[in-house]
Amino acid sequence: MSDLFLMIILTFDAALRVSTPLILCAMAGLFSERSGIIDISLEGKMLMGAFIAAAVAAVTGSAWLALMAAIVATMLMSALHGFACITHRGNHVVSGVAINIMASGLTIALGHAWFKRGGQTPSLLADARFMPMEFPFAEQAGNIPIIGTIYKELLSGHNGIVYVALGLVGLVWWIIYRTRFGLRVRAVGENPQAVDTAGISVSWLRYRAVLLGGVLTGIAGTYLAIAQNAGFVREMTAGQGYIALAALIFGKWRPLPALGACLMFGLLDAVAIRLQGVEVPMIGEVPVQFIQALPYVLTVVLLAGFIGKATPPRAIGVPYVKER
Amino acid sequence: MSDLLQPLPRWIDVGVIPVLNVSMAMIVSSILLLVVGIEPVEAVTIMLHGAFGYDEGIGYTLYYATNFVFTGLAVAIAFHAGLFNIGGEGQAYIGGLGVGLAMLLLDSSMPAFLLLPIALIMAALFGGAWALIPAYLQAYRGSHIVITTIMFNFIASAIMVYLMVNVLIMPGQQSPQTREFAESAQLPFMHEVFAWFGVNISQSPLNLSIVWAVICCIGLWLFIWRSRWGYETRAVGFNEKAAVYGGINPKRVVLISMCISGALAGFVGFNEISGVHHRLILNFTAGYGFTGIAVSLMGRNHPVGIVLASLLFGMLYQGGAELAFEVPTVTREMVVAIQGFVILFSGALAYMSTPFLTRLYNRWK
Amino acid sequence: MNHSSQIVESAEQTVAEMSPPPAIELRNINKSFGAVQANRNVDLIVQAGTIHGIVGENGAGKSTLMSILYGFYEADEGSIQINGKPARINSSQAAIAAGIGMVHQHFMLVANFSVLENVMMGAEKGFLLKNSIGQARRKLRELSENYSLHVDPDALTDDLPVGQQQRVEILKALFRSAGILILDEPTGVLTPQETEQLFKILSSLRDEGVTIILITHKLREIMAITDNVSVMRDGEMVAHCQTAETSTAELAELMVGRKVSAATRSREQFLGDIRLKVENLSVAGSLGNKLLDDINLEVRSGEIVGIAGVSGNGQSELLEVLSGIRPLSQGQITINGQQFKAEDSYNAADMRELKVAHVPEDRHRTGMVTAMSAWESLILGYHHDSRYNKGILFDQAAIHEEAERLIKEFDVRPGDPEIKSANMSGGNQQKLILAREIDKSPEVLIVGQPTRGVDIGAIEFIHGQLNQLRQRGCAILMVSVELDEVLALSDRILVIFDGRIVAEVNGNEADTMTLGLMMANAHEPRSSQNLKGDA
Repeated sequence: MSDLFLMIILTFDAALRVSTPLILCAMAGLFSERSGIIDISLEGKMLMGAFIAAAVAAVTGSAWLALMAAIVATMLMSALHGFACITHRGNHVVSGVAINIMASGLTIALGHAWFKRGGQTPSLLADARFMPMEFPFAEQAGNIPIIGTIYKELLSGHNGIVYVALGLVGLVWWIIYRTRFGLRVRAVGENPQAVDTAGISVSWLRYRAVLLGGVLTGIAGTYLAIAQNAGFVREMTAGQGYIALAALIFGKWRPLPALGACLMFGLLDAVAIRLQGVEVPMIGEVPVQFIQALPYVLTVVLLAGFIGKATPPRAIGVPYVKER
Repeated sequence: MSDLLQPLPRWIDVGVIPVLNVSMAMIVSSILLLVVGIEPVEAVTIMLHGAFGYDEGIGYTLYYATNFVFTGLAVAIAFHAGLFNIGGEGQAYIGGLGVGLAMLLLDSSMPAFLLLPIALIMAALFGGAWALIPAYLQAYRGSHIVITTIMFNFIASAIMVYLMVNVLIMPGQQSPQTREFAESAQLPFMHEVFAWFGVNISQSPLNLSIVWAVICCIGLWLFIWRSRWGYETRAVGFNEKAAVYGGINPKRVVLISMCISGALAGFVGFNEISGVHHRLILNFTAGYGFTGIAVSLMGRNHPVGIVLASLLFGMLYQGGAELAFEVPTVTREMVVAIQGFVILFSGALAYMSTPFLTRLYNRWK
Repeated sequence: MNHSSQIVESAEQTVAEMSPPPAIELRNINKSFGAVQANRNVDLIVQAGTIHGIVGENGAGKSTLMSILYGFYEADEGSIQINGKPARINSSQAAIAAGIGMVHQHFMLVANFSVLENVMMGAEKGFLLKNSIGQARRKLRELSENYSLHVDPDALTDDLPVGQQQRVEILKALFRSAGILILDEPTGVLTPQETEQLFKILSSLRDEGVTIILITHKLREIMAITDNVSVMRDGEMVAHCQTAETSTAELAELMVGRKVSAATRSREQFLGDIRLKVENLSVAGSLGNKLLDDINLEVRSGEIVGIAGVSGNGQSELLEVLSGIRPLSQGQITINGQQFKAEDSYNAADMRELKVAHVPEDRHRTGMVTAMSAWESLILGYHHDSRYNKGILFDQAAIHEEAERLIKEFDVRPGDPEIKSANMSGGNQQKLILAREIDKSPEVLIVGQPTRGVDIGAIEFIHGQLNQLRQRGCAILMVSVELDEVLALSDRILVIFDGRIVAEVNGNEADTMTLGLMMANAHEPRSSQNLKGDA
């Protein structure tokens, strides 16, 4: 019994780890998309953030410098997306695809040129990484049944960024629903003309939202490269940016439901790994690929309106033209 | 007053702007080359030699170009209907699956002249069907086709991995691949075809599917600009309101154009599975579906432009491999970055130069 | 014309007599969009604390003028003074700062926001909403009480009826301490009861010293609520007068104006069978309001039935529903014996099968795909026709041959079938569409604004074509905002107002004056019912 309990707790623990980049990216996408800018470039930005973080950490040995550099890099990419979509009224999706493909190529090309390891960055020592944080008395508490196990295995021992990500969801919620900026972001994604006639600059508002998204994807990339792993590996985001996008849609563009979707998708992933090669009673062996594809399938089903309805911000993807 | 300016004439719109956009992409690419430590001129020389300098290189260049023609046309037909099909990768994957399944099932019992057409049809059917679901969801359920096609890429990948690892894998094999098809199910290589006529050229993956790519170009051109259905497609893409006025059903146009788009992408599977690998393997699509986006944007969604853009990207792929071989600091993925630049400048920032050019043109005039 | 210039002078005099500076003084405003001059030398003086009406037909330049005042556009020329001080209004922000508030025709509200959120957005106090919310709630309550503008501050905007949404717009302006309030066609979406309530609110606002500009094309409203009124036509200000000293008849005449028409009337009658019959037809809009309400009409072979009305009264919807583009909600349409009801699904192609041709109002956005070439535009809607196809491909030779013939017959210039439709002048685009629709010898022709934005020569030609078609026995239903055109061509004239047919007049007996009054729904309602009974 306690073995099963421990296994469940450990699965949740793994889920939390896997969910962290999803959460950060989903929140990034939330800012952008609530302001009316489609953001399918989460994947590319996170990948670039991961590469820059790993590269800077390898060169300087400082995790904090790496984080800063990653954030600057992803903000630049967000600014590029804004420049195309907001200033030049380009197609949001085309711009996003361009950024994803550029990131995919640039990370490997530059990584190979700089580190000569076929696109990987050197393995990082603990000093150059963000390391797990043990909560006080975690070891001792481990002996207390249930609560203690939860404390030690599930709550304690994560990377600082995991806690930051969870805290950020609250912060994003607070910004979106409790501040002037959030009110305006919500408004501009629904009806930019209303914002314009209220005397607020639509472009500047959208730029700020998109850049905030850049900050968050930078943190997500940093987490992948120098917290969860000890270096950059080519294509290490492996579609997580798209899963985050799916989670955002699944959460209907709201912070807390999006968090829920990220945790659910993370849990699916953790379960998939745990179930590999395991015979489940009654069902038999569940194909890992089936569970891995589930987030995508669920999102399509949701989008098709078969379970609930995901209504995107009304003005999303529509370039704002002032002249009527 | 900007609205008093004359609009740009056609020759600037069709001639100057695309060249300008590609030039900007190339300038940024040159900077990248400098960053990774190679002179752009030297790099281009090596790449050109690698792509066109000897017949094996030409074979590879054309083989890559074949794939890009298929995926470029796939993106283009969707664009003409006003749709953005990012799902070319998945459609190509599933198209290849169709080819593989049919060949594994039938190759022992049928001659080549039946098997090869069946392979072609299966590629189209499977690829088309994989595009039809997002198309249906877009037309009748209002789900955004961009998101659904992205999701379908991943679902396709999961299905393929599952089938390859658990079902289709050749017994006793470590890596997930099927048995090789019988010879009758293998599309002849071009070096074999040339050999029939007594001409010797070097071996390369280039196969007969390039002929099919050319036929597709002509066929799609006829469809888009010379048939009533293509006419309807363009009408919906340009102006849905006018299309409805003309009695055109936009939903049906979405279904038809996406089916064709998926079928075209599926032909990558025909090239790769029937023509090159002769067995089902994983990841044979290698990003060709995404390259199709760059090819189509660069080629302005026109078959002639797409052929030119495909040749350029074929050259970049083959020449890039050569460059990676010659210069240790360079990898093949450099080409992927260049692809991204092309999509950025020819797509997202396509009209960046228009205001400037308009002012210039009006002053000059 | 004499008449109106007198009125302008008298308005200037009254201005000179008043002591406080006017709330708004616009001088010599000019604004062009490409070749179209939307405002030409417009002057406007609005006295503080009055309700000032601006009337004019759609496209007369009212909305452009107000957009300039609210900073959406900047005028090419001219000066603006607010409360006697020169002002440069180049953004909505500047307009708000100058104390101007605007209630747009299409509300500028965020649908999924609460009333409170909509009101305070852009005028928040500080970064945290908490502070703003309390303050906004208090001020909203104050405003509601002062002006009897009651709205639940926590209601979701989308859930409110249109009249209430409009109040939110007014509250938004007042919340920003607007002393000048512009309302653009505010009654277009309101029921008569809601309109009455709005007018009460406007009066009480005036009593509190708010200056109000009311833009409308409904003369009754002008008479009911305004102190002064200005009339615009074709981008120019044609008259200013005090409401008390004018009448609907005079305003209607000023608004519609007179134009010389080149067309000649054909007097012969060719009446045949009923080709098009519409019974109890209604069409609902997205807000649930009725865009068309219980329309009954019939058109016989060999007659032209003209629909007169100020634009925006349901004409567009009538054209769309009859040509198969828009579904109907109630009633039925019968064309050549074939019935169409709400539950039938049909589209424009089905209508063309029944030899119904349609020349739409908006040739740019509906009648053609301007990105296509002339020959392609000439087959839109008929692209499945066997004469244009050979097997699975277009019969290029046949299409081009026909395109060249039509271009010649209808004198479309430039006479090159390969030229992009977008690069043709408006008149030539219209000829292209007419050529396509008329050449198929339709039995029913639905035509909207046949000569809008078309030069004189083309007008004559187009009118001649319509008359010829009538002689050949086609049943023609024509919508036009040009009264002279309606008068010149129609055998019978139906007047549409607010989605209803309010009057029917015989083409020979109609005159501009009476029609103008009917169009503004300013004539005696009883007579309209009589006329309807006759029909």
